[in-house]
Amino acid sequence: MPQVETQSLFKHFGEVKAVDGVDIVSSEEEFLVLLGPSGCGKTTLLRMIAGLEKPTSGDILIGGQVVTHLPPRARGIAMVFQSYALYPHMTIYKNIAFPLKAIGMGKEDMKKKVEWSAAMLGIERLLQRKPRELSGGERQRVALARALVREPNVFLLDEPLSNLDAKLRTSAREELYRFQKDVSITTIYVTHDQVEAMGMGDRIAVMNAGKVRQLGTPDEVYSDPADTFVAGFLGSPPMNLVETPDRIVGFRPESFLPQQMHEGPGDLVLLPFTVTRIENLGADRLVYGKLEERFGHAVAIANLPTSFTRYPIEPNQRYDFAVPRKDVKFFDPRTGLRAEPLPL
Amino acid sequence: MTKHKKPGKKIGLQIAHWGSLAVFAVFASLPFLWMLITTFKQDADLYNRANNPFIFNSAPTMEHLRYLFNETLFLRWLLNTAWVGTLVVIITLALAIPAGYSLVRLGGRWGEKLGIGIFLTYLVAPTILFIPMSRVVANLGLQDSLWSLVVVFPSFTVPFAIWLLMGFFKAIPPDLEEAAMIDGYSRFGAFIRMVIPISTSGILTVVIFSFTLVVQEYIYTLTFVTTASNYTVSVGVPTFLVHGDVYNWGGLMAGCLIASLPVVIVYNFFVDRFISGYTLGAVKG
Amino acid sequence: METATPAVKGALRSRNPHLSFFFDNEKVLGLLMIAPAVLYILALVGFPLIMAFVYSFSDITIGSADFGFVGLENIESLIGDFEFKLALKNTILFTAVSMIIVLVLAKILALILVKDFRGKFIVRALILMPYVAPISLGVIGWLWMLDSIYSPINWLLQHTGLFGPDFWPMWLGKPNLAISAIIAVHVWRMLPLATVIMLAGLASIPQDIQDAALVDGAGYFRQLFQITIPMMLPIMLVAVLFGIVFTATDIIIILVLTRGGPYNSTQVLVSKAFYTGIDAGDLATGAATALFLFPLLAAVAIFMLRIARRTEVA
Repeated sequence: MPQVETQSLFKHFGEVKAVDGVDIVSSEEEFLVLLGPSGCGKTTLLRMIAGLEKPTSGDILIGGQVVTHLPPRARGIAMVFQSYALYPHMTIYKNIAFPLKAIGMGKEDMKKKVEWSAAMLGIERLLQRKPRELSGGERQRVALARALVREPNVFLLDEPLSNLDAKLRTSAREELYRFQKDVSITTIYVTHDQVEAMGMGDRIAVMNAGKVRQLGTPDEVYSDPADTFVAGFLGSPPMNLVETPDRIVGFRPESFLPQQMHEGPGDLVLLPFTVTRIENLGADRLVYGKLEERFGHAVAIANLPTSFTRYPIEPNQRYDFAVPRKDVKFFDPRTGLRAEPLPL
Repeated sequence: MTKHKKPGKKIGLQIAHWGSLAVFAVFASLPFLWMLITTFKQDADLYNRANNPFIFNSAPTMEHLRYLFNETLFLRWLLNTAWVGTLVVIITLALAIPAGYSLVRLGGRWGEKLGIGIFLTYLVAPTILFIPMSRVVANLGLQDSLWSLVVVFPSFTVPFAIWLLMGFFKAIPPDLEEAAMIDGYSRFGAFIRMVIPISTSGILTVVIFSFTLVVQEYIYTLTFVTTASNYTVSVGVPTFLVHGDVYNWGGLMAGCLIASLPVVIVYNFFVDRFISGYTLGAVKG
Repeated sequence: METATPAVKGALRSRNPHLSFFFDNEKVLGLLMIAPAVLYILALVGFPLIMAFVYSFSDITIGSADFGFVGLENIESLIGDFEFKLALKNTILFTAVSMIIVLVLAKILALILVKDFRGKFIVRALILMPYVAPISLGVIGWLWMLDSIYSPINWLLQHTGLFGPDFWPMWLGKPNLAISAIIAVHVWRMLPLATVIMLAGLASIPQDIQDAALVDGAGYFRQLFQITIPMMLPIMLVAVLFGIVFTATDIIIILVLTRGGPYNSTQVLVSKAFYTGIDAGDLATGAATALFLFPLLAAVAIFMLRIARRTEVA
C-alpha cells in the first residue's frame, strides 16, 4: 500500500502558483527526494503533506487515508526542519520526550522510549545538555531522535543538511541514509542539492515552477531526462543542450570525448569541436569549445578524466569528438519535452 | 590617516565630556537628591532661610518618616497602588498575550496593521477620555472606588503591552511552533506549551511596564476617586499632604522618595526592552 | 520496528472534534484570541471617544441625568473665550518650545552617552529618573526647588554672588517665570525618554558605515551632520512624536506645579478641561475643550503609521 500520495494538489498564494498540480505516489519505506531550485514548490509541497499549509485544492493521503483536513498532529508524521527547531529552553531529554508528553505517555514508558531513540542515534551522553551547547551534527541527530521517538509512518525532512559545514555534509549524508535504511520508515526529503538527491534517493521528483517534471530513480532522471529542465538541472557541469532548427540536442559532458577514447562497439555521433579553454579541476578536465557551423558554433563542454593522458588536448585546436548515439537525447524546441530522434 | 591630538586637546575633551555629563546628571536627579536630603532634615533646619539647603545643618531625623507612616494615609495609599497594580497587570496579561500572538502569527496581512492601530489607542487614552469616562464610571456605580481604576487602567496598558509582545513574539522562529504542532499539539496547544514558556522575559517586561504605568497614573484617579483612603500614591501625596497652602515638606518629600525609589530601580534594568516598543520596531531592543 | 500503523494514529490531545474546530482552525482561533482585547478597547476607548464628541455637542453637566444637543454652541463659545484661547496658545507654546530644547539636548546627551565608560550605568540611572519616577512626585520636588521663600536654586544663585541681594525670582508667582518653569520641567521630564530613544538609534547605525566614513576621511562634525543625523531621522521623528504627545496632553505638571496660575497664565487645554468639566461640573464644555487635542493626536498617529510602515519595509 502506498504510504504517501498526493492527488491533483494545488497551492496558490494569490497570483503565485506555488504548487501547480502535483500527483505523486510514494512507496513504503522509500526514500523519496523532492529536488528543485529555490521557489520550485518543493518546500510548500512538503509543508502541505505535513499539514502546515492548507492546499488550495486536491487531496493528500497517508497510508490510504485522506488526511487533507487533519491537523499535523493527527497524521502520524514527524518532521525535521532546516533549522532543526530544537526547543531551546529544554534539555535534549525533554526535547525528545516532548512528543510523548503531548500524547500523555507515562513517565516510565517515556524514559524507555527516549533512551531507545537516543541510542539509535548515538546521543545518549547528550541527554542532559541544552541545544545551544551542541554542534550542528549533534543537533541533527537530536532532531532525528525526536522525530523517531513517535515511530511515525512518514518522515519529512526539509533541507536538513544545508545548515551544516560543507565538510560535515558528506558524513552527515551518509549517516542519514543509513539511519533511514535501519528504521525503514517512508521518508520524503526536500533539497536543492542534486548531489544529495542522487546520493540518497531511491527515487527523485524533480520539480520546477510548482510542477513535478519527472519522477524516477536517480539513474532514470540522470540518463533519461524527461525534459530540458531536468536535463539541465542534473549533472555538474550540466548536460550540453544545443539548438538546431527542429530539435534541441542534448549530450552529457562525460559522454562527449575524443573519438578515439570511446571504447567498445556502438554507434557514434561525430561532433567536431574547436577547443577554446581547458580547466584543470584535479580529477577532471573541463574542456570548453565550439561546435561546428551546423550547430551555430554553439559552446559545449566536455568532461575528460585527467588520468586519460593518451590523447593530449590543446586550446585552439580542432578535434574529432564524438558521443555514443544512445547517449544523445532529443528535445522539442518549443515544449522542452523529450522527442523523437532526428538524424544529425 | 589619524590626526594625533595634542595632549591638551585630549584632556580638554575629557573635561568637556565629564563636565557635561555632570551637568545633565545633576539637572535630572536634583529633585530626587533633594527629596533624599529633605526627608531626613529637621524642620528647624529646613525652614531656616539662612541655612545652606544642601547640607545637614542639624542632625538628621526620622521624624518625617514617622509622621508619614503613622499619621497619614501613606501606607494605605501604597497598598492601594500595589493592589490596583497587581490586578491591572493580571488583566493586561490576560488580554494582551493572546492578542499579541494572534496578531503576529494568525493575523495574515491584517495583523501588523491592526497591531499598530491598537498601539495608537495608547496615545488617545486618558486626556481626551477622562470626562466621558467619569460618567461611565458613575453609571457603573464604581465611582470613588478602587475598582474603577482596575476596570479602566487596562485601556492604556493593554495597547502598549500588545505592541511590546508583538515584538517579542515576532522574534520567535515559527519553526518551533510548527515542530510543536507536528509533535502533537494544536496551534493553541503549541502557544500554551511552547511559546509562552519561551517568552518569559517578554512577559516580565510587560509586567514591569504595566505596573509603572499604573503607578504613574494621575488624571483618572483624580477624576474618579474622592475619598482620601481610596487614593493611590501618585494622587494621594500631592493632594492630601497639603493642608490648605501649608505643605508638610518633610513628610511630603519622604513620601515622594519612598514611592519613587522602587520604580526607578526596577525600571532601570528594563529600559532597553521598552525601547524597541517605543521605536516602533525601527530599532531592535 | 513496529509495522505500518494506521495513518491517524497518535497525538490527539483533544479527541473532541468540536473543540478541534476552535483549536485547529487558525482563522477562528486568531479571532478568538484577539477578541477580548479588541472588545475591551472598543468598550473603554472607542465608546468613550464617541461620547467625548457627543458631550461636546451637548449641554450635559455632572448633576443632570439627561442632556440635550446644542450643536456647535459649546465650540463657538469656547473660541470666543479669552481663557480658552490662552490655554490653547499655552498648549502649543509649551509643546513646541520644550520639544525643540529636548531635541537638541537629547542629541547631545545621546552622543555623550554612546561610548562606554566607567560608571555609565549609574549615570544613566540618574538621567532616567525624571521619566521613570511617578510624575506627580517628581514634580513636587520641583515645587520646593522653585518655592517662593525657600527655593534652594535661588539660594544657590544668590550665594554665587553674581546677583544682587534683591534677586529672588518668584518662579511660580510671576506669569513669565511660571511659563519658563513649566517648560523647564517638561524638558526635564522628556529628556530621558528622548535620549534613550536616540541612543538606541545611534547604536543601530551599522559599524561599517561609520568605518567607511572614517576611511573616507570625514571629521567628527562632518560625520555627525552628514551621516549620523540623516540616518537617525526616523528615530528622531519618533522621539519628537512621543514628546509632542506626552507634553501636549500632560496635566500633572500644571496641576501640581501651578494649578494653572498665576492668574490662569499657565493653563493648558487639559487642565482647563479638568477645571471646567470636573471641578465646575460643566461636562460638555470640558469635553469640548479636551477635544481640541484630538486633531493633534490624530496627526501624530498618522505620522507614526507612516514611520512604522517604512521600517517594516526596511
